[in-house]
Amino acid sequence: MALTQEDILAELAEIVEEVAGVDKDEVQLDKSFTGDLDVDSLTMVEVVVAAEEKFGVKIPDDAVKDLSTVGDAVGYIQKHQD
Amino acid sequence: MTARKSVVVTGVGATTPIGGDAASFWDGLLAGRSGARNLTEDWAADLPVRFAARVAVEPSEHLKPVEMRRLDRSAQFALIAAREAWKDAGFEGKFAEPGRLGVMVGSGIGGVTTLLTAYDALLAKGPRAVGPRTVPMLMPNSPAAYVGLEFDARAGVHAPVSACATGAEAVGHAVEMIRSGRADVVLAGGTEAAIHPLPIAAFANMMALSKNNDDPEHASRPFDVARNGFVLGEGSGILVLESAEHAAARGARVYAEVAGVGFTADSHDIAQPEPTGRGVAEALAFALADADLTPADVRHLNAHATSTPLGDLAEIKAFRKILGDDAEGVAISATKSMHGHLLGGTGAIESVATVLALYHRQAPPTINIDELDPEVTLDIVRDKPRALPEGQIAALNDSFGFGGHNVVLAFRSV
Repeated sequence: MALTQEDILAELAEIVEEVAGVDKDEVQLDKSFTGDLDVDSLTMVEVVVAAEEKFGVKIPDDAVKDLSTVGDAVGYIQKHQD
Repeated sequence: MTARKSVVVTGVGATTPIGGDAASFWDGLLAGRSGARNLTEDWAADLPVRFAARVAVEPSEHLKPVEMRRLDRSAQFALIAAREAWKDAGFEGKFAEPGRLGVMVGSGIGGVTTLLTAYDALLAKGPRAVGPRTVPMLMPNSPAAYVGLEFDARAGVHAPVSACATGAEAVGHAVEMIRSGRADVVLAGGTEAAIHPLPIAAFANMMALSKNNDDPEHASRPFDVARNGFVLGEGSGILVLESAEHAAARGARVYAEVAGVGFTADSHDIAQPEPTGRGVAEALAFALADADLTPADVRHLNAHATSTPLGDLAEIKAFRKILGDDAEGVAISATKSMHGHLLGGTGAIESVATVLALYHRQAPPTINIDELDPEVTLDIVRDKPRALPEGQIAALNDSFGFGGHNVVLAFRSV
């Protein structure tokens, strides 16, 4: 059963909190990873690898550069989940 | 010619096997407490050596989860000790003049547990499982860099590496950094976190470690006839060194002066010390000359004395050679009998111990000497602390590392 946008956001917020030390309540769809959440490029790789494991999706490096907001990432995961 | 700048110690921090901060480290030294314990992890079961001296502090109680994730254990220890030393020196937050603050913090082995854990992940799950922070965690300059980031040090952040001489070497280079005018304040020291089956197996196979698995607390016994190798420890020591002028201008409390530094290299063998102790003796002589001290001024030595059969004796012989009969008036402490051998961290925590000994006028004891080696004819402080004389006195701390590195630091009371 596919996860809803809300489910994915909640799980992703936990990953960002653990990896980047950002409070999970701050992780909202309109937030920019670099601009708002202080997620730099190394941290983004950690988020992506953790998300791949958690959601069972592949997020290639080419796709990562287009994920500038949390909403972008949630959308990508929702679209590519099996 | 202008007078050389004096360098003083204004802050100390320590994460050690017998105390998680400098105050409890000092209490542990005076109490003669051993930090050696059995290793109960599954991975230890097949090792020839199944004990070590773990730090007496849980890093996660001091660092945020994100810091725990991003810092190798060696950098965790250094950052905790650096924050303590910084506060102890009376500083708060980032340094007001970043261009005048330096860092000199080394490690003997670097982020070895990070490297090996990442390799385990690579083998188990493939290259994608190797974290993007693996390199900045395992590089040996990582602890120095994190300490620099914490306080905004921009005068230079350096990480000397000289095996078991690293911590003392860092203090020596920091003194020179201040004397040369490159910085007013330098956070200096060393750190190590290598309690993992691979380094333990490697040191054990060099015949360097004690194998007294049945009695860890009595395994580190420098100068005892039955000494049979060192006990691996982990932890970090950091000192805030400062030009005397800078310290006086802000009214800082001064523990001691770092009056002299002696560096030599054996250039003899990669692991064995040069048998006549030539390099050690020369480093002692250089440190005394650099500090403008006579042998009679020296009243305390925190010896390197790792509890190996050859090393302890070579050190004592070199000491007597340079100090002559005045060597007999020196209260000698081998504190590795309590905290074990912290490799790159050891010269730093022993410098903290030496500075506190001068400040409190107490030489810590050497424990576990049941029968003193008859060839050790000098005055070893045994079992209980000893009061040091009043008036201006000096104390030495020496450290030697695989590779033939010899470092002697001379401290003077204030």
